[in-house]
Amino acid sequence: MRETATKKGSLEGFSREEVLNMLRRMLFYRRFEEKAEEGYAIGKIGGFCHLHIGQEAAAEGCIGPLREDDYVVSAYREHTQALAKGMDARHVMAELYGRSAGSSAGKGGSMHIFGTEQAFMGGHGIVGAQVPLATGMGWAIKYRGEDRVAMCFMGDAAVNQGAFHESLNMAAVWELPVIYVVENNEYGMGTAFHRVSATRVEDRSVAYGIPSSAVNGQDVLEVWRHFQELVGQVREGGGPRFVEVRTYRFRGHSMSDPVSGTYRSKDEVTERTERDDPITLLRDRLFEAELLTQEELNSLDQEVRAEVQEAVDFADSAPFPDPSELYTHVYSCINEHGRLFFDGRDR
Amino acid sequence: MAEITYRDALNQALAEEMERDDSVFLMGEEVAEYDGAYKVSKGLLDRFGELRVVDSPISELGFAGLGVGAAMVGLRPIIEFMTFNFSLLALDQVINSAAKMLYMTGGQINIPMVFRGPSGAALQLAAQHSQAAETWYVHAPGIKVVTPATPADAKGLMKAAIRDDDPVAVMEGELLYNVRGEVPEGDHVIPLGLADVKREGGDVSIITHGKTVHLALQAAKRLEKEGIEAEVLDLRSLRPLDVDAILATVRKTNRAVYLEEGWPYVGVGAQVAATIQEEAFDDLDAPVLRVTQADVPMPYAKNLEQLAKPNAERVIAACKRVLYRT
Ligand SMILES: Cc1ncc(C[n+]2csc(CCOP(=O)(O)OP(=O)(O)O)c2C)c(N)n1
Ligand SMILES: [Mg+2]
Repeated sequence: MRETATKKGSLEGFSREEVLNMLRRMLFYRRFEEKAEEGYAIGKIGGFCHLHIGQEAAAEGCIGPLREDDYVVSAYREHTQALAKGMDARHVMAELYGRSAGSSAGKGGSMHIFGTEQAFMGGHGIVGAQVPLATGMGWAIKYRGEDRVAMCFMGDAAVNQGAFHESLNMAAVWELPVIYVVENNEYGMGTAFHRVSATRVEDRSVAYGIPSSAVNGQDVLEVWRHFQELVGQVREGGGPRFVEVRTYRFRGHSMSDPVSGTYRSKDEVTERTERDDPITLLRDRLFEAELLTQEELNSLDQEVRAEVQEAVDFADSAPFPDPSELYTHVYSCINEHGRLFFDGRDR
Repeated sequence: MAEITYRDALNQALAEEMERDDSVFLMGEEVAEYDGAYKVSKGLLDRFGELRVVDSPISELGFAGLGVGAAMVGLRPIIEFMTFNFSLLALDQVINSAAKMLYMTGGQINIPMVFRGPSGAALQLAAQHSQAAETWYVHAPGIKVVTPATPADAKGLMKAAIRDDDPVAVMEGELLYNVRGEVPEGDHVIPLGLADVKREGGDVSIITHGKTVHLALQAAKRLEKEGIEAEVLDLRSLRPLDVDAILATVRKTNRAVYLEEGWPYVGVGAQVAATIQEEAFDDLDAPVLRVTQADVPMPYAKNLEQLAKPNAERVIAACKRVLYRT
């Protein structure tokens, strides 16, 4: 049984304002991705586009307790995490649209959102590849004697990659300030986790002596509270942490895959979507605690939709990259001697 | 002859070879219950059971190495990479184990296995998901590489690859799976190392492999309207390489353009151009030119991606240049 309002005007120790902000931001992530879905359907967005719908509490609750200068690294299902880290929705949407105003100048697309100003370090397309990268950021933090934290998101399927295990061992040996977060949505594409995994996600860090925990990833307050504590421990030099965030993907693996299929039934998706929506869950608790009315929610949603629409309009009116951009960003410095490019197009 | 898709041709080859030899098994991500990410292994789980059609975890280095180990003791694994992009994770096992095993064991242990999956760019998948893997593989002695462009070649080369006693990489194309074509029924096997003239012509040779065979044919058709007859030579197999066929077409047309999806530096075209100048220098009337992907990682933006990929205009321009008809 969860407690409801602990004292008047608050919820489980969070002030009304804090909780409303969480709700607002999660709504924002949801509306943003619904627009991405739309953009994909009408061909404005192409390639692979993986939505985080249903998993928003992980973006909000994990990243919320971080400081602005803490690093966040993720995989390809990263739009909402980029937004949670403070990236401008207009630039993220423009990246999905492949426009020059996009956060990666239109070169990266949905899977490669990066925002160094917000310490959002991607946006990586190879399953598990971001795990050593986050470990390296942890290394750099320790090397420079900073008190930052690196947070590494990955899907459940990534824990079967060698790079994951190698990274955890190194992080433990060198006591690096990294929080490894597995968003366990139960499936890697069309494969249920347990079909290809010998042990539970939660057990995966035990062999390396990294403290492990699990949270209900649909309950943003629980996630937030848990991560607030962990971030504090890691920042104070407690070494790496490992967390399983239990969640569920409401959409298909990517926009090119069906929502359900042979690997999970329609009924399962319907049931989980109805039962476990992190936004509805929070909304209902706010209603219950009489901290929010339907009218207030409606106007919140209107605001959010308007903001998302602005991002879409910005993206849609932004120009495509100039053709000359094809050859920029391959190297950061062009050397005085020797030839760097071999397709003969510069001659 | 039945007209079927490239996907179904591969599926037939896998099924027939698994039927023929029970030491052949298929392992990879999503190959069993999901029928393969691109549905190439459709129905194989039902037909051959879960011992022989196996869903792996996302552990490319691990399951590629597992395949090599199983091959060391006599099985004939087919390891599917969901795409060859992800095989970069497994390259250590491909090169250091599979390709070198026979040599470093002084001939004691051969590796009869297949690595397969789509290679090269699809549409707007950006840098990490859009790369041609041929060069990474073909560079290493000890491994063979084939790149079927048509359904008939897909079936024939896959069957030959599975029967070969060395490691063979079969590089397919995501954008080829729906291509239809006639495929001979029954035991259709195409020996490795045989190129195929996909179109005859006497003025210029477009030499290519894999998906870009179709682009070469398009370019040839357009050149025909301008009175230029291009011959299109599909290498089909990059190692063993049909040098005789390359020399024959160069001796016929005296001009060659290499077309490929990959990057130029040390690409397949670089090897072919070197071979031509070493062995047919006197037959050349112009330098061998190459049309490749732009020498950059693949961009996401639609307009930049189009610029980065080889296209018919650039093939036509290269053909005209070697004909001095610009
Ligand atoms: C090394 C590698 N292998 C395969 C893929 C193809 N692929 C992309 S996502 C994915 C499933 C990953 O599942 P999970 O880690 O659970 O993350 P989720 O998509 O559920 O967020 C696969 C197999 C890839 N991108 N990289
Ligand atoms: Mg998952």
